[in-house]
Amino acid sequence: MAAKTTYDFDMMLSSAKEAYGEELYKMAQEGIDFVFTFSDNVAPSTKAGQLVKDFPERCFNMGIAEPGQVGASAGLALSGNVVFAQVFGPFLPLRAADQIHTDIAYNDVKVRLIGTHSGVTAGGGPTHNDIADLALYRAIPNLTVCVPADANQCAKFIRASMDYDGPMIIRIDRAGSPNVYAGDYELEIGKAIELMEGDDATIISCGSNLYECLMAAKMLKEEKGLSIEILDVHTVKPLDKDSIIRVANKTGNVVTVEDHSINGGLGGAVAEVLCEAGYKGNFKRVGMPDEFAVLGSVDDIYHYYGMDRHGIAKTIKEMLGK
Amino acid sequence: MSDRKLQTIEELEAKCVDIRMNLLNFIYRIGMGHLGGELSMVEVAVALYYKYLNYDVLNPKMEGRDRFILSKGHCSETLYTIFSEQGAYTQDYMVEHFESLDTYKFGMHSNRKKCPQIEVSAGSLGHGLPIAVGYALGARYKKENYRVVVMIGDGEFDEGTNWEALMAGAHYKLNNLVCILDKNKLQMTGDTKDIMNIDPVDEKVRAFGWNVIEIEDGNDMAQVCAALDKLPERDCEKQAKPTFIISNTIKGKGVSFMENNHKWHGGGIGEEDLKRALDDVAKMRKGC
Repeated sequence: MAAKTTYDFDMMLSSAKEAYGEELYKMAQEGIDFVFTFSDNVAPSTKAGQLVKDFPERCFNMGIAEPGQVGASAGLALSGNVVFAQVFGPFLPLRAADQIHTDIAYNDVKVRLIGTHSGVTAGGGPTHNDIADLALYRAIPNLTVCVPADANQCAKFIRASMDYDGPMIIRIDRAGSPNVYAGDYELEIGKAIELMEGDDATIISCGSNLYECLMAAKMLKEEKGLSIEILDVHTVKPLDKDSIIRVANKTGNVVTVEDHSINGGLGGAVAEVLCEAGYKGNFKRVGMPDEFAVLGSVDDIYHYYGMDRHGIAKTIKEMLGK
Repeated sequence: MSDRKLQTIEELEAKCVDIRMNLLNFIYRIGMGHLGGELSMVEVAVALYYKYLNYDVLNPKMEGRDRFILSKGHCSETLYTIFSEQGAYTQDYMVEHFESLDTYKFGMHSNRKKCPQIEVSAGSLGHGLPIAVGYALGARYKKENYRVVVMIGDGEFDEGTNWEALMAGAHYKLNNLVCILDKNKLQMTGDTKDIMNIDPVDEKVRAFGWNVIEIEDGNDMAQVCAALDKLPERDCEKQAKPTFIISNTIKGKGVSFMENNHKWHGGGIGEEDLKRALDDVAKMRKGC
């Protein structure tokens, strides 16, 4: 059965980024033991900032030095701590790639790398765009890669990660994303969630893009009477292949949507799974093309590359000849 | 435990000869290694494992143990040889399980998940010191009094992550952190001073806020022990400068044709060279 979503609600602004800080603060207050590292990238006004202020003995600012921060996070974990490490956008995968690969994944330590400002959500142009991280993470053994759809799901991942073995990436966008889910539900790391049930086309997505997918489905229903299946692949690694194959075969028309390069991200992962499974239907990836992004507001960039509700709906209409 | 701990300079010197001979035999049998750097670090490694580390290779996960991290992970065969000499493995076992596909426990670069005496998997350079900083912070947070000792190479010191970690170690005043630079002055393709000069490394590290101790001859056991005797007490909560030991060594130490020859940075050793090398090392034994 499909999950309960905010499909019929007005946009309810929340922030996955703020949510993780809130959850960590709550956990610290509850006496749950963990440590926190950052690289001069925690605003004092945020809940994570309050964590740093109220629990200073467990929070370590490593300066603007991401490789050093990620390496030290591995050391903190080897000394017996669960570590949450906040790193800004592209500087986690691009600057600290070797540390993620070797210090975190190969050493197999309990570090939760929280990559903020995913995709193009940071603004500021390609130097601050995080569009190649999933391609890297997908190829590194031992890593679990989570992309929360909204604030509530982010908080669930943070808490669930305490009892989850091995290293983990939690990829979150800048802020201000609307809630995708309404009410409570069961979150299982590695198990995709059927967000909406439909028969005409299937959208497979992750992260805050899911909200635009929901809105696209709503438009297609209203305009064309189409019913859209939506799968939330909140865990990109390990990938829930069975669910992907099932929802793809259900409609035979698959569109993937992600704020990442279309090369090597969720779309690439889904294509690999479906190809090996003998899927014969239509398939299209929506995301960042193989170019450095244009500059503008996030909404404008999404619109430009067809990643907003209008672009997603257009892609599906073209696929269905509607 | 008794023969795994030694006290006198003479005992430690004799052990260095044993380790060099077993190391050479091991490299001959497995067909690969990094003998230059593995031979230069012997005195410091023997002093640590046989005297200064609170560590037992037969109880490698002992609570409160000192942590030794070999950042120049390509020199792991020296550590394996010490583990073997202290009774954890026979050399035959190590040869059988050296890079033996899915039964491997030992490799040119060490893996902590396969060999429990290895604290941190290493191989990529410039990783040990940042990890050691985190390890020392973690010890302080957990109020556990152990030393975190990391050994790095002088070629490796080019990596920028070392300098990030030097800042962080001093910033957090990690009294229980010790970094040992095995300064053998050569790297893969030539002299370190010609490739990327790190000197005056003592002044640089001191300026970063560390307490610097220099060993004039890091292949002289008496000098090595004199330096390690100066390490601060194990007090992880104390806020004080971390310790940086510059150990001036000779790459390939003990084997005449390898000494100061960067061509012996990596590779194996043939039967003829092994015989000559063992003859050279035998001459290091006092009284011979």
